[in-house]
Amino acid sequence: MNGIHDMGGMHGFGPVEREANEPVFHAPWEARIFAIRHAMGAWGKWNIDGSRYSREIIPPAQYLRMSYYERWIAGLITQMIDADLVTREEVESGRAAPAAPKATPALAPGEVMKVLSRAPSLRDVPVTAGFKPGDRVRTRNIHPVGHTRLPRYARAKAGTIRHDHGVHVFPDASAHGLGEQPQHLYSVRFEANELWGEAAGARQAVHLDLWESYLEHI
Amino acid sequence: MSHAHTHDHDHAPEHSEVPSDPALRVKALESLLVEKGLVDPAALDAIIDAYERKIGPRNGARIVARAWTDPAFKQRLLDDATAAIAEMGFAGRQGEHMVAVENTPAVHNMVVCTLCSCYPWPVLGLPPLWYKSAPYRSRAVIDPRGVLHEFGLDLAPEVEIRVWDSTSEVRYLVLPERPAGTEAMSADELAEMVTRDSMIGAERLSAPGKGAAA
Repeated sequence: MNGIHDMGGMHGFGPVEREANEPVFHAPWEARIFAIRHAMGAWGKWNIDGSRYSREIIPPAQYLRMSYYERWIAGLITQMIDADLVTREEVESGRAAPAAPKATPALAPGEVMKVLSRAPSLRDVPVTAGFKPGDRVRTRNIHPVGHTRLPRYARAKAGTIRHDHGVHVFPDASAHGLGEQPQHLYSVRFEANELWGEAAGARQAVHLDLWESYLEHI
Repeated sequence: MSHAHTHDHDHAPEHSEVPSDPALRVKALESLLVEKGLVDPAALDAIIDAYERKIGPRNGARIVARAWTDPAFKQRLLDDATAAIAEMGFAGRQGEHMVAVENTPAVHNMVVCTLCSCYPWPVLGLPPLWYKSAPYRSRAVIDPRGVLHEFGLDLAPEVEIRVWDSTSEVRYLVLPERPAGTEAMSADELAEMVTRDSMIGAERLSAPGKGAAA
């Protein structure tokens, strides 16, 4: 979707401010929502692409007002309600509905590695690669209303395939319960002046990882 | 989304049971999920402990120091970073597919996630606020030299800048240049001087006591 999350190339956000000796979490609640999201992931009701989308659909004005982990709260609540794990009434009251069944077993302390260990997106399935390193490609001029990993600034742009990462889960499908639809994922190089015009600095490029269906031959 | 009052931090509504303070909201959410049997608070403690104490940029610093001191390892890291990093015992969520990119006198790499906050957790831990911020996400791809200038790094015009926008599950680790004057240092000593930001490509390292190189 052409959402506020797709920030590459926007102006007006000001300087980047770095914090010395930054803690991992700035408040205990940030740590709790981080951990709750991971523990809830163990129920297997959603995937990472759906989780990203749940934050992308936060309305733009709210998205910008929220801190990073406030977006996690909003996204997680959306996902839990969609998955029927909680109801909106329960979230608003903070109490389980009287007749609500008790779910078991929750992720146990000894099992947390289950949610912290690798969850690869690479799939060992035979899919033909339409491109090879060195090929000149153009990204499609597409504007999907759902989740996509093709940022706006890199649409309808010419680049060069640098590497084939193999066959990976396609987020545009996976985020919406449409299966994994695995396809080749490529590292594609774009010169800065292709993306940003002649005023862009020389000797400057952006590399993006892009799926087969985002690309066409030039 | 479900919270009509998130914008109202300064004057919380009087007649709402939804607290606007995120600390109160998360507390209420946790107690609801515990009551429903959906989370075990002790598991939450264990997850937090892992990211506060075990998983962080010291892991990445050890990888960089080894690459600087062990040419065969460096080659394996550049050829297949996922395997080379696993060889050092680091693997996990948000580091499933790793690529290491090497900074040289001619090429400076820097990493961003314009769409969200993708970052190689097993080797760098959770990302700092600036990496997740709108200013960095918006500007790193269009004005990387300007961002680096603000970070105190002015690259010569002949240095090529490669920005890696993390749009897939592939995660990028920058292998910074080993500073001159560190030839006598051991891998352990070198690991001490490798900063988190140098492994994102937000700074160049200089030998201890030599000030910022640029």
